[in-house]
Amino acid sequence: MPFVTANSQKSGYDVIVVGSGAAGGQSAYTLCMDGAKVLMLEAGRKYSPESETPMFQTPDLAPLAGVGTPDKPFGFYDATVDGGWDVPGEPYTRASEEDAGRFEWWRARMLGGRTNHWGRISLRNGPYDFKSRSRDGLGFDWPLRYEDVAPYYDRVELLIGVYGSNEGLENTPDSPPGCLLPPPKPLVSDLVVAQRAKRLGIPVIPGHRAVLTQPLDYRRSPARLHPGNATAQKILAQDMRNRAACLWATPCGRGCSVRANYQSTTVHLPPALASGNLDITTDAMVYEVTVGRDGRANGVSFIDRTSGRHFHVKARVVILAAGACESVRILLNSRNAQFPDGLANSSGKVGRYLMDTVGSSVRGQIPLLESLPPLNEDAADGMQLYVPWWLYQEQRAGKLGFARGYHIEFGGGRRMPDYGTAAGIEWLTGGSYGVKFKRDVRRYYGSFVYFSGRGEMIPNDQSFCEIDPKVKDKWGIPVLRFHWGWSQHELKQAAHMQKTFTDIIEAMGGKPRDPPKSDGAKAIAPGGSIIHEVGGAIMGADPATSVTNPWCQTWDVDNLFVTDGAVFVSNADKNPTLTIMALAWRAADHILERMRRREL
Amino acid sequence: MDRRTTLKWVLAAGAAWPHLHGRGARADAAPAAQGYGTDPNLATNYRPGELWPLTLTVAERRLAGILSDLIIPADDHSPSASAVGVVEFIDEWVSAPYPSHQRDRGIVQGGFAWLDGEAARRFGREFADLDAASQHGICDEICDKSRATAALDAAAHFFALYRDLTAAGFYSTPVGRDDLKFIGNVPLARFEGPPAALLKALGLP
Repeated sequence: MPFVTANSQKSGYDVIVVGSGAAGGQSAYTLCMDGAKVLMLEAGRKYSPESETPMFQTPDLAPLAGVGTPDKPFGFYDATVDGGWDVPGEPYTRASEEDAGRFEWWRARMLGGRTNHWGRISLRNGPYDFKSRSRDGLGFDWPLRYEDVAPYYDRVELLIGVYGSNEGLENTPDSPPGCLLPPPKPLVSDLVVAQRAKRLGIPVIPGHRAVLTQPLDYRRSPARLHPGNATAQKILAQDMRNRAACLWATPCGRGCSVRANYQSTTVHLPPALASGNLDITTDAMVYEVTVGRDGRANGVSFIDRTSGRHFHVKARVVILAAGACESVRILLNSRNAQFPDGLANSSGKVGRYLMDTVGSSVRGQIPLLESLPPLNEDAADGMQLYVPWWLYQEQRAGKLGFARGYHIEFGGGRRMPDYGTAAGIEWLTGGSYGVKFKRDVRRYYGSFVYFSGRGEMIPNDQSFCEIDPKVKDKWGIPVLRFHWGWSQHELKQAAHMQKTFTDIIEAMGGKPRDPPKSDGAKAIAPGGSIIHEVGGAIMGADPATSVTNPWCQTWDVDNLFVTDGAVFVSNADKNPTLTIMALAWRAADHILERMRRREL
Repeated sequence: MDRRTTLKWVLAAGAAWPHLHGRGARADAAPAAQGYGTDPNLATNYRPGELWPLTLTVAERRLAGILSDLIIPADDHSPSASAVGVVEFIDEWVSAPYPSHQRDRGIVQGGFAWLDGEAARRFGREFADLDAASQHGICDEICDKSRATAALDAAAHFFALYRDLTAAGFYSTPVGRDDLKFIGNVPLARFEGPPAALLKALGLP
């Protein structure tokens, strides 16, 4: 009975997992495949990518040609359900409405959470990224080395399917043989970027994304992932056979009905359910981890969204994997006489050191790409190639004025025509209309490229979240209030992105749509808007300055774990999802081991 | 969005057209208060008017069609904008309840009124009744924001928006995709990348 209502749950579980996205999916998968009885609680509704994904729908079939609206900010066909920058009836507040102090929080209320629509970019943190303070004196070191996490990166890549290549570049780890799938062929525009960027000394290499460029190796991978566990191997082999390779069409952000990319709902949850060890309750809004007189967590309280009724369910272990900020919110709202400042918060660090990714973009037009012959350029839907951070030496020599790096995501090509195809092009056409305008649109279609930087933010004291003393959501649960501030490192980095992208566009013989912004405060995207928010319950080696130990186990409550991005100590330029999954797998292995030893 | 916010947007947009009023939507056809919500059915095909009522008047729709076809007329490659439903698309757009659409509604209705006012001033007739040369004469002065005189700034912003909307309505249809020779959105067994001959012609490795 995998999907259960609040009334049909068992009376107790080995583990409760709060959240069903990358962290919740991975935690539940690892636990269930090794025999633990798990209850997953998801605040949003049940969601089935196989039947609900609008795969080949064209913009003319959608309202308003599919453009984003406040109801669906990333476009009508974006996979997000009941979410976006605002969730109806579930506000959050900001300490400041100034641009510089602005934080935005993207949420989804659906099974699988944000993994249903994410960009699928799957980069490993490198050795430097775990020891940032030792290298430049800023931020913190992780209580982990790359070598501790590497075996779990291997496993996650084998399980979910990630394409990429091994290039042997600094702080850009290679994967062991057999881990990565072959990268897709680049587009014409990708190859022009690669050729011209290299002339500027900027490396361009295959991207890493969780998209199946070929079927998974169902004969060998299950044994590598679950040695000695024949049942798990059999379940996984069957499930891998049920995932199709990429169709080379349809945007990944809509989700994938043939399961050719990673989303928790198509990769983690099906085998976990097939094990018979997973129960899932959707529409279950968890608001509190309850603690017994012994100081240990004994379960969670939640509201059933369909009836508004409150429930409590018990387990030996509780894992928070609700997304960094939501997990923080639950910890802070779980305050009681024993834990007056919130649960697991004896350090006072719950909510602190919230980080996002530095983002900045430039768009340009490239005459060389005008009037190309018809080409199908849907490809892998992006990041066939990318630029890893390359200025380590200059940074070490103090030449850049900012301490951490960024990678470059770029794209172009003859994409499905939509609102943006012919909008705002009078900077090229001189305001043509009539037959000349139609000729101009044909000429310029497919000749645009964009560059987006994704850079590391250093944790600081001004960026944190706390419980708003007044505001509650429609369920009566106190909401988060965000504080935000950038340092000069991020602002200077964003300005550097602008100049670099403009240089590349010019090296391509093109011109940028707008002049580069030299003021970092104008170049940088608002906090939270890159949707890489991490931190808030950082791990560490010292209970006085961190919330969890290196196993994602809270220092204060022995059987309470946080396996989402909240435990991040730094936020490398590498997109966080792959690292979230690797750490969640590692934590779940640790929980299984301790449960076997009867310590949990 | 509540009614008060809607009104605020409309008034803010209307403020760009201080001397022009009276050509607004019918009083009984105010835009709907609700959008499609945060969990719409993605598998259905939507037609303009299904989710919220269309609100442009008959006269506005006539002008909308004429202006759309000035921007995207029929040519050797494809039919005109109005022939593929662009008027319905624009009506859906300016009738939508979202704040940015309400702002666009004010700009579009203000622009329509300006065109008629300009046609009346120069030729003593409505814009829709002018011959093509006279219509072009007016449009030529507002088709490029960077060249328009300060007095025509609001009209040029209107024209830029209207051209974007016309193009969005046109190129998002099957006809528009064919015009651009878009051949994607079909399942492929393999993705082979660009042909070698093309790469060679572009000087790429």
